[in-house]
Amino acid sequence: MSAQTVKIVVTGPFNSGKTEFIRSVSEIDVVSTERKITAEAEKVKSTTTVALDFGRITVDDDLMLYLFGTPGQKRFDFMWEILSEGMLGFIVMVDSNRPETFREARSILETFRAYAPTPYVVAANKQDMPDAWDLEDMRVALRLEPKIKLLPCTATNRDTVKAVLLELLYSILEEMEPQHD
Amino acid sequence: MALQGNLRDFTIIQLLNLVHLARKTGLLVIETPEETAQLGFLDGRLTFARLGQEDDGLCTVLYRRHKLTTSQYRQMQSRQTTMGDMELGLILINSDILTMEEIINAVQEMYVEVVRRLFTLIEGFFKFDAEAGLPEYRIPVSIELENLIIEGSRQIQEKEFLQEEIPSLDMALKFSDRQGMDIQKVNLSVEEWKVVSYVNPQNTIKQIAKATKMRDMEIRRIVYSLIQAGLVELIRPTGALPGTVKPMPVQDHDEQRSLVNRLIDRIRSI
Repeated sequence: MSAQTVKIVVTGPFNSGKTEFIRSVSEIDVVSTERKITAEAEKVKSTTTVALDFGRITVDDDLMLYLFGTPGQKRFDFMWEILSEGMLGFIVMVDSNRPETFREARSILETFRAYAPTPYVVAANKQDMPDAWDLEDMRVALRLEPKIKLLPCTATNRDTVKAVLLELLYSILEEMEPQHD
Repeated sequence: MALQGNLRDFTIIQLLNLVHLARKTGLLVIETPEETAQLGFLDGRLTFARLGQEDDGLCTVLYRRHKLTTSQYRQMQSRQTTMGDMELGLILINSDILTMEEIINAVQEMYVEVVRRLFTLIEGFFKFDAEAGLPEYRIPVSIELENLIIEGSRQIQEKEFLQEEIPSLDMALKFSDRQGMDIQKVNLSVEEWKVVSYVNPQNTIKQIAKATKMRDMEIRRIVYSLIQAGLVELIRPTGALPGTVKPMPVQDHDEQRSLVNRLIDRIRSI
């Protein structure tokens, strides 16, 4: 019998650090289909994810976790719903240094919430940079309710990536607990 | 840490909301190609506002609001160069020309007007400096931001509302299955008919917008009204690929918990 596979989706605006995030914990080389960027407005970096990033963590013989990164550019958002099907939860990556992307991050978050009512956390990436916004300011800017976890992160640092994944899994566990009024 | 960016991406309403909720103190400077605006805050309340190099001394403010006669204005104006607003205000009160309340109201109205003018800005670099002090010569006021935020929000409320109601234009539309609905008998506008003519599970809203040459907001507004009227429903476009990953086992909660705990243990061990 084939192993049970579950997936977590890593989403967020263009250049928010999704590929690096998956790369930091994946046991396989991230299957990333990066291509040269053509749109002038998106030339912050030379390549971006045009299809999806795919990483894998084997738990044991019976269980595997897939990490899917969504395409970074808006024009590929038709992939989002397809990717969100059956996901355990999702992570919204936000570049703490680029407030101009906060609105888009909020929009992506709401779109994914509409696709599936699964737990999610928000990762404030690039918190190690000098111009990074404070978490409290980001929370207000992103209009996150207090119960939503907003976690500091550096996508290239495995420990912070692990912490974000763990917090999402804790949220998923909490969601499974019986609700008491 | 830096609180800076561009209004193109982060609106003045969002900034005011941030200052209000975080109860910030400091000076917000907004630089546009045309002018520079300064807004001062104390514990999340507006205390000062200035736009460009306009003469916003107390005498001018009061005169423009018809609180001073022309002769009073000329008389006080000559003192403006050597006195701050506080001193001028005291002279006006002690001379029984105006009350303290009238002066403060006039100053508050002027600051609110400045903020209202900023609502229309869509481009400009902003920087919030928590260390910057406010001009000492100004009359200190304290204006709640809530009403200003509400007023400004109304202007963009419709846009945001529609974006929330229809989060993705990659969804398609289908006619609702309501019994007895006859689309031919429904009274629609020309624009609504255009959209209705393209309703098909294979057409995304984006494609309909392109075919009907409508902008995002126009198509969202029409689609929303059609949904509210019960004519159409949002669906995923047909032909989209199904997911390839098995969803969580939904029945057995113990199995679900066990699965997540195994994932947690594995992540911890990486």
